[in-house]
Amino acid sequence: MMTAADKGLMVCRTCGALCRRVRSTPQTRCPRCFDAVQFRKRDSIGRTWAFLIAALILYIPANVLPVTETRTVFGAQQDTIMSGVVLFWTTGSPFIAAVVFAASVVIPMLKCIALALLTVTAQRRSRWRPQQRAKLYRLIERIGRWSMLDVFVVTIVVALVHLRSLATIHAGPGAAAFGAVVILTMLASNSFDPRLIWDPVETTHDSGTSR
Amino acid sequence: MTRQLIACEECDVLHRRVALNAGCAAHCTRCGAELFRSRAFHIDTVLALTLGSLVVFVIANAFPIVTLEMKGVRNGSTLFGAIETLYREGRPIECGLVLTTTILLPLTELMILLYLLIPLRQGRLPARFRLYLRVIQAIRPWGMIEVFLLGVLVSLVKLSSTASILPGVALWAFAALTVLLAVILMFDPRHLWDLAEELAGGHA
Repeated sequence: MMTAADKGLMVCRTCGALCRRVRSTPQTRCPRCFDAVQFRKRDSIGRTWAFLIAALILYIPANVLPVTETRTVFGAQQDTIMSGVVLFWTTGSPFIAAVVFAASVVIPMLKCIALALLTVTAQRRSRWRPQQRAKLYRLIERIGRWSMLDVFVVTIVVALVHLRSLATIHAGPGAAAFGAVVILTMLASNSFDPRLIWDPVETTHDSGTSR
Repeated sequence: MTRQLIACEECDVLHRRVALNAGCAAHCTRCGAELFRSRAFHIDTVLALTLGSLVVFVIANAFPIVTLEMKGVRNGSTLFGAIETLYREGRPIECGLVLTTTILLPLTELMILLYLLIPLRQGRLPARFRLYLRVIQAIRPWGMIEVFLLGVLVSLVKLSSTASILPGVALWAFAALTVLLAVILMFDPRHLWDLAEELAGGHA
């Protein structure tokens, strides 16, 4: 197998065209779409770590701070993401509880762990199971967006439950932190260059998946 | 020479381009990522879907998504109304996040598609098409109408135990919009690059 980089070709991320490097200019531009092209995403590892660490820091307020504050005639109650899931579970909607739990707890955690694993192995130029790591990357790219679910739930609930003296729900500070976590993990996976998984794998003869 | 070759975007291996049957996709022999897909629809179909989506988008935003009733007090909200509420509650970050992902970016994508497709189907290149096509590709991952729809459904379940809920026209419109956008997403904007290149006659 031969890679584009072996041939001195760069793939345009926007239009997919193969571009030859122009040595006279510091930044080669794609002849078809004029977008900047590089052999690999610029500072991929560093940027991925930066977004990932920022996401992990915000993960704490996202889970500790309340996302909603309910005021009824019976009193006030603050809910975090986790207590919202528990509420669904105990009020007889186990399916919805599972959906919210998956979107708000499992996916962000899975994404952070997976990205950390991918970045560490890419950084160490590991040749460990590239096929599986490539699949993992594709998976987290696809499911990351669904974590925004809770932010939208808060938006709708806050808008609807404004029933004068009967009941009102206000947005808490947790939702903004949570939304930021989702955006940051999306930026992190976007900064990671999956080709770094394959670069240490020899291309001259098919080394396959057994390593 | 480079015209017949394609490199896998996820592992960089070079492949020779082959002609595909309709509805087929070529995958990388090393990592399994999708290399390219045959054109799913004719450009007219994409244009029709875009126009349809814009109409549905207007309906989805003009009417209340759902109305809540509790002991004779009623309260309904449109998507924009909900975003405004967040702003009035002093939550500008959430407000901006929801506004961008559910209104601004999906609307921008549809408008740009319309702007590009109308001249392209007549065989003309629209002005600054490179810039607009690049914008579409950059904003695609950030439009989240389908996640929003799931969010609405979860909210309905959440509220159904305490109040009666009357689904509004916009709820159905959002469901239709999710389907329409999913179909539009099957069209790879890369085909527009190929088409634009053909129209430019090689000097692009």
